[in-house]
Amino acid sequence: MSLVYVGILSHAPGITGRAHLATNELVRDQFYDCLRRQAEEIKQSSAEVLIVIAAEHFANFFMDNMPAYCMGVGEKHSGPIEDSEWLKIDKTSIPGSPVVAHKILKSVMQSVDLAYSEEWQCDHGIMVPLHFLTPNYDMPVIPCNINCQGPPLTPLSRVWQFGQALRQACDEQDEKIAIVGTGGISHWPATPDSGKINEEWDREFLSHLMQQNKEKLLSYVDEEIYRDAGQGGFEIRTLIAAAAAAGGQGELQFYSAELPIFAVGCTVANFDVST
Amino acid sequence: MSLYQVQKFLYNLNRDEKLQSIFHEDKYSVLSSYDLSAEEYSALDDGDIGLLYVLGVNGQILMHYAAYLHIEWFDYLQLMRDGVDKHGSVRAGIYAMAGDGVELTSAYALGDSGEPA
Ligand SMILES: [Fe+2]
Repeated sequence: MSLVYVGILSHAPGITGRAHLATNELVRDQFYDCLRRQAEEIKQSSAEVLIVIAAEHFANFFMDNMPAYCMGVGEKHSGPIEDSEWLKIDKTSIPGSPVVAHKILKSVMQSVDLAYSEEWQCDHGIMVPLHFLTPNYDMPVIPCNINCQGPPLTPLSRVWQFGQALRQACDEQDEKIAIVGTGGISHWPATPDSGKINEEWDREFLSHLMQQNKEKLLSYVDEEIYRDAGQGGFEIRTLIAAAAAAGGQGELQFYSAELPIFAVGCTVANFDVST
Repeated sequence: MSLYQVQKFLYNLNRDEKLQSIFHEDKYSVLSSYDLSAEEYSALDDGDIGLLYVLGVNGQILMHYAAYLHIEWFDYLQLMRDGVDKHGSVRAGIYAMAGDGVELTSAYALGDSGEPA
């Protein structure tokens, strides 16, 4: 077994960029502690490579050529694309893992058409997680984005298949691999409704996710997600893929809707990968 | 209406520091290569966040553009609200799709996310 860790976490740019504006410092710092604990868990797992399943926010692709799924297979990645002062993360280079990435790509493609790119730019969607999980950028990273912005979006049933294909691909490798899925739950990012969070919707979704309730997870419909959880809710795809890759029960380590300045219900969880 | 072109320009600008410095020196030389209406051109020429939001620019693109313009976060949110007050509700794009009972237009119809029957 070479998949040694699966977790999920939030990635909203405010988590780093607007840290100083959070009025609830106690909850903010509890959240940061949980993110650092996740970094420690990944280290303890002896993972050699980190796959980040993230949401495309127009850092790499536009509507002239938008892949449903794409993996960064280059030797290195760059980021953040955003103004570093705004995101409070310096521009840097992140090591890739081209050999492992190509093997995983080939395996996943047997069941899901996964695009690939040797040029990858990271925005907050990957940089915020890496800022906490590998702050020295010394762990090889394979980024993998799902289109959650430019409809039509990949169906949730395919997201599940993708997670399972990723699991199988990881299990075929000699290297020890960790996966994190990073997306928002309900949120209305970068709009006048930024800061709005549907906590009830979030908790119900997370409950299905932690319990691996596939039937409930795949019964979400985009029109209803948009109505109840905002456009940002489309990013549940990244979390569902992570759960499908893990296969085992999840443990919700942190959830709080009390940090609206971060514009998302802040979440950290891990999954049992032994099954 | 060429929202695609407006967003394409901002997408390119957001991720290319060289283009940012060219745009800083000479907006016309950059904007003239996109097929923009007069209203879109002036919104980009003026950095009018409120109007760009109403025209339908995706927040993930607009937010990064506002950061490039060094607009503070709360000012960014207020500029979008002011834009709606001044120009009316969002005209196109993802925020005009499905909110408050507004029907999806076929051009922007969402994919079915359920399990295939
Ligand atoms: Fe996101």
